[in-house]
Amino acid sequence: MKTTPGKEIYMDNNATTRIAPEVVEAMMPFLTDYYGNPSSMYNFGGQVAEKITAARRQVADLLGADPEEITFTSCGTESDSTAVLSALKSFPERKHILTTRVEHPAVKTLCESLEALTGHKHRVTRLKVAADGTLDMAEYEKALSEDTAIVSVMWANNETGVLFPVEEMAAMAKERGILFHTDAVQAVGKVPINMKESSVDFLSLSGHKLHAPKGVGVLYVRRGTPFVPFLAGGHQERGRRGGTENVASIVGLGRACSLAAEKMEEENSRVKALRDRLEERLLANVPRALLNGHKTERLPNTSNISFEFVEGESILLHLNELNICASSGSACTSGSLEPSHVLRAMGVPFTAAHGSIRFSLSVYNTDEEVDYVLEKIPAIIATLRKMSPFWTGE
Amino acid sequence: MWQYTDVVQEHFLNPRNVGEVENPSGTGDVGSLACGDALKLTIKVDENDTIVDARFKTFGCASAIASSSALTEMIKGMKISEAEKITNQHIADFLGGLPKEKMHCSVMGREALEAAIADYRGIILPMAEGEVVCECFGVTDLEIIRTIKDSDLRSVEEITNFTKAGGGCGKCEDKLQALLNETLGTIPAKEKVAGKPQKMTTLQKIKKIEEVLEREIKPMLRQDGGDIELIDVDGDDVLVSMRGACTSCAKSQMTLKEYVEKKLRELVLDTLTVEEAK
Repeated sequence: MKTTPGKEIYMDNNATTRIAPEVVEAMMPFLTDYYGNPSSMYNFGGQVAEKITAARRQVADLLGADPEEITFTSCGTESDSTAVLSALKSFPERKHILTTRVEHPAVKTLCESLEALTGHKHRVTRLKVAADGTLDMAEYEKALSEDTAIVSVMWANNETGVLFPVEEMAAMAKERGILFHTDAVQAVGKVPINMKESSVDFLSLSGHKLHAPKGVGVLYVRRGTPFVPFLAGGHQERGRRGGTENVASIVGLGRACSLAAEKMEEENSRVKALRDRLEERLLANVPRALLNGHKTERLPNTSNISFEFVEGESILLHLNELNICASSGSACTSGSLEPSHVLRAMGVPFTAAHGSIRFSLSVYNTDEEVDYVLEKIPAIIATLRKMSPFWTGE
Repeated sequence: MWQYTDVVQEHFLNPRNVGEVENPSGTGDVGSLACGDALKLTIKVDENDTIVDARFKTFGCASAIASSSALTEMIKGMKISEAEKITNQHIADFLGGLPKEKMHCSVMGREALEAAIADYRGIILPMAEGEVVCECFGVTDLEIIRTIKDSDLRSVEEITNFTKAGGGCGKCEDKLQALLNETLGTIPAKEKVAGKPQKMTTLQKIKKIEEVLEREIKPMLRQDGGDIELIDVDGDDVLVSMRGACTSCAKSQMTLKEYVEKKLRELVLDTLTVEEAK
């Protein structure tokens, strides 16, 4: 069975988002008539370059940044790699990377490969998290050292939505002359960010998490921060990122950022209310359901709930039959054989880690959709539990 | 998303023979919560050695549930002597194939059937013997060699897909490669598969610890409004989390060492140390 677009109940916005119709509209001319190369010396190209400049301004406005601090990339992963590798190249004598145990694979795998590639010349400290997914600031302070080349800590966790105090952490790094990078892919558009008031040096964001298309991202680099490019090539992006610009997507991302600024209030009120209602009712109506992550220090759109004694993929495929889209931290869904590293770092017991479901909402979700999901989930869990050898309840 | 066949989807959505046979002639209990899938197969065998009923309870993904459902359909009405010949490939074929990463689900079905037949006959399977190669999932060399032969495996990746071995920390990959070389006989193995003999596999340890926690320790803590949860077992280090009244109890550290650890050492393994997850 295929899901007809428009029939889906989409609650997986931390995976990707619908492209806003306004964004599609802004992009279309650059997929059709306006195909000039922004670097060309004639108006047919130059007028395209102007649109990139405008998009850069829109992104900068959302972040409270200067346009020249914005570099367009191909995705969040590229931005993360660029930031971390740039810091290592800028401070070759420093061998220490400080991060957390719950980072997105974009940073997690990068750190692992740096450890392996250079024969462990780079030392990586991964901060522990508490059961509610929060960090211990004392541990962080202790881990900062003269040898630290960069701190890379996500702003909001993609699986649980838990927020880290990155502003405070960046200030502590700055006091010690250490560069600070944050993967803010999940936070941008949901949490107010003002780089003018911040000590963060590098910030990554991804277009497709905020209603722009896939294949475009941004790396914010604070003015005056030493920078070494990741992709060598042409002079595009002031030599910071070679490669002819993905014009349509960049224009789309600019529009998406201006929309995000308009809708941030709605994210934190209406969307948050939808999320809270979904979460509270599920926890109340399904026995042995547990919330993963801090109740309040969290994104307004994300809820990660474990249904004990059942397995996540099975839940997702039953939801799929109803065209409900969500995701899971279970082993079976990831292609790996172990459950989510985030839930394991939080010490979520086996009984619960395999049965975790993440709902992540957006401004496109409605009350009716939440009602429908609330109506359907208890029966799905009950059916699977009846089948589970570990379930002894009724 | 996994590409499941229509048969897999149909058996997942409408599983046959869910439940437990009353007064079963044989029970096969394989897998564990920790590993992410588990199957309890119960069979009823009549005086002619024919399986007259088979039921399952499965914790796991769609292919685990579909494999269990398929297995029960396949063996109902079979003589034990025929059922014995069922391999994981038969189960996968019945389902029109499984994604390669999910082949271990069909292996779990075969293991449960073997265990149930052994239980019916009153014999103990030699499977748990052998040396543990993959500590994460408690897979022994005997199991791996057998699966390499049964399913004609040619790479470490395939071993992981079929047995889960190597799918956790990945530290045993060299050993798996050596086992593969040895079993296929193509390249002589440089050295005999290393690894000191262990009394218990990690899997057996986890199961035993879970049992003791449930039976002995939890009821005791609950009398005082406390509780305990198993978080992880890494070698002999048992990581637990204290719950309820224990979290605010000044004596919880003492309880952990003097009661929980002592009890686990006494009833599971005397080299265990118990720590609280921070």
